[in-house]
Amino acid sequence: MFRRLPEALSGGRPVRLLVDGEPVEAREGDSLAAALLASGRVACRTTPVGGVPRAPYCMMGVCFECLVSVDGMGSRQACLVEVREGMRVETQRGAREFGR
Amino acid sequence: MSAAAEETCDIAVVGAGPAGLAAAATAARAGLSTVLLDEQATPGGQVHRAVTRSPMAARRAALGDDYWKGEGLVAECIASGARIEHGASAWSVSREGEVAWSRGGAARLLRARHVVVATGALERPFPIPGWTLPGAMTAGAAQTLLKSSGMVGEGSVVLAGTGPLLWLLAAQYLEAGGAIAAILDTTPRANWRRALPHAPSFLASRYFAKGLGLMAKVRRRVRVVGGVTWLGAEGEDRVARVAWRRGDGAVESMDADLLLLHQGVAPNINLAAAAGCAHSWDERQLCFRPELDEWLVSSVDRISIAGDGAGIGGADAAAPRGRLAALGAMLRLGAAAPGAIAAASSEARNDIHAAERGRAFLDLLFRPARQFRVPEGDTIACRCEEVSAARILEAARLGCPGPNQLKAYLRCGMGPCQGRLCGLTVSELLAEAHGTSPAGIGHYRLRPPVKPVTLAEIASMPKTEAATRAVLRG
Repeated sequence: MFRRLPEALSGGRPVRLLVDGEPVEAREGDSLAAALLASGRVACRTTPVGGVPRAPYCMMGVCFECLVSVDGMGSRQACLVEVREGMRVETQRGAREFGR
Repeated sequence: MSAAAEETCDIAVVGAGPAGLAAAATAARAGLSTVLLDEQATPGGQVHRAVTRSPMAARRAALGDDYWKGEGLVAECIASGARIEHGASAWSVSREGEVAWSRGGAARLLRARHVVVATGALERPFPIPGWTLPGAMTAGAAQTLLKSSGMVGEGSVVLAGTGPLLWLLAAQYLEAGGAIAAILDTTPRANWRRALPHAPSFLASRYFAKGLGLMAKVRRRVRVVGGVTWLGAEGEDRVARVAWRRGDGAVESMDADLLLLHQGVAPNINLAAAAGCAHSWDERQLCFRPELDEWLVSSVDRISIAGDGAGIGGADAAAPRGRLAALGAMLRLGAAAPGAIAAASSEARNDIHAAERGRAFLDLLFRPARQFRVPEGDTIACRCEEVSAARILEAARLGCPGPNQLKAYLRCGMGPCQGRLCGLTVSELLAEAHGTSPAGIGHYRLRPPVKPVTLAEIASMPKTEAATRAVLRG
């Protein structure tokens, strides 16, 4: 869906994350939502009501479509979280679980 | 609880876009202790998003001069000595000037003598069939990806809707090396007739030459379909095709991997409305906007509202609105005598006036058509709770009188976005159903916290001995 331009590939240090257990290489300064889209992931969660897939929509913190689990904490807005080396990310199925 | 989590300042500013940056810089330069809270990792707001570290700095021309103006605003704010807190989500402002905010799962309280809310705008909802599918996102979202991560859409990229941002994004994509398969222009042709009387003032605006240049450049290189009267995204688990109807009734479609939607912006009112600031319906801009005095002070006297949150005026109006709001706050706090700020405030007012020249023309020309604002049938209105237009109309038939009661009928507007993506749609839908206007039907009553906060975060807030005793048992 998205690709990085040459100037984005040459600048910025690589940052490695684990998304659903798979390694993903992002760039320093990426929001997590940008990193997920750049890695070719189309959806980042399924909805609690209809169980349908959703993807980042606004990229500015207002739509809450990009909710994912980050380092064990559920329902984080991926567009407002910056990537960090070693970050563990899980796509969400339905509602956030109790206690996380 | 530790006192470290509770602080005081003279002026708290929420939002580090052009309005917030200018407000904080003005207040801090005058010697007031100033704290600027912003949700993003770097300053600039949406219009100057990631301006201090964009990968596009290697090719500045791709984003245009107006984007890089943000560097100056950020530099001024940093030099002013204002304290800038990034990654800080403000989720409540009280009438007494208490600002509650969170970062990384920890909540804090800031007690300010005056608060400037500069939470900007958000893109108007665009409720068409398939707009919830992965692969459909806002044009602003695509622009954010370009500014902050140097990313462009891949495959068949289709832009659809109306408004200056759509054309700006198209020009930026072309300049940066992205490709656009088509632009589906939903601007109603009848809008020209209504906008033309306001053309003379627009001709005097700097947006006139810029806008015409952008559109001409884009039209030379991209297929533009005008007069689109219906639009829908199709696909199973993601967007695969986009279909549209032209003015003559012909339905066409094309493959699409990415559908970028835009039909203007509206004030992001959640924080200010939850603080109790009065808002009213603006029929020309088709949105709710705050009621403000000549110093941009809201109906709550400790809270001013600057930038697009005060009514859409664009980035050029936002910075002087921020300056004016800060000057007004200084006046109110007795930190400046009227004579001492007379020159600065009249300069800010002149700048606002110049920036707003031609706004009426833009509002009327790019006024989105009714059928793109008021959905029907199975089209989703509330994305969070997955409520369709048909169910909202059914609730209205069963007697649901307005947006607040609709929450009890359908949970509409009660998801995590708290009505940001459906508020305008629901107000217009219910107004039509009841034969009234959005002014009559109103907006959801918004309440803090305006961002989801965990109980643990609230429990960790500072509290007094008396407050603790009040809930202790035994």
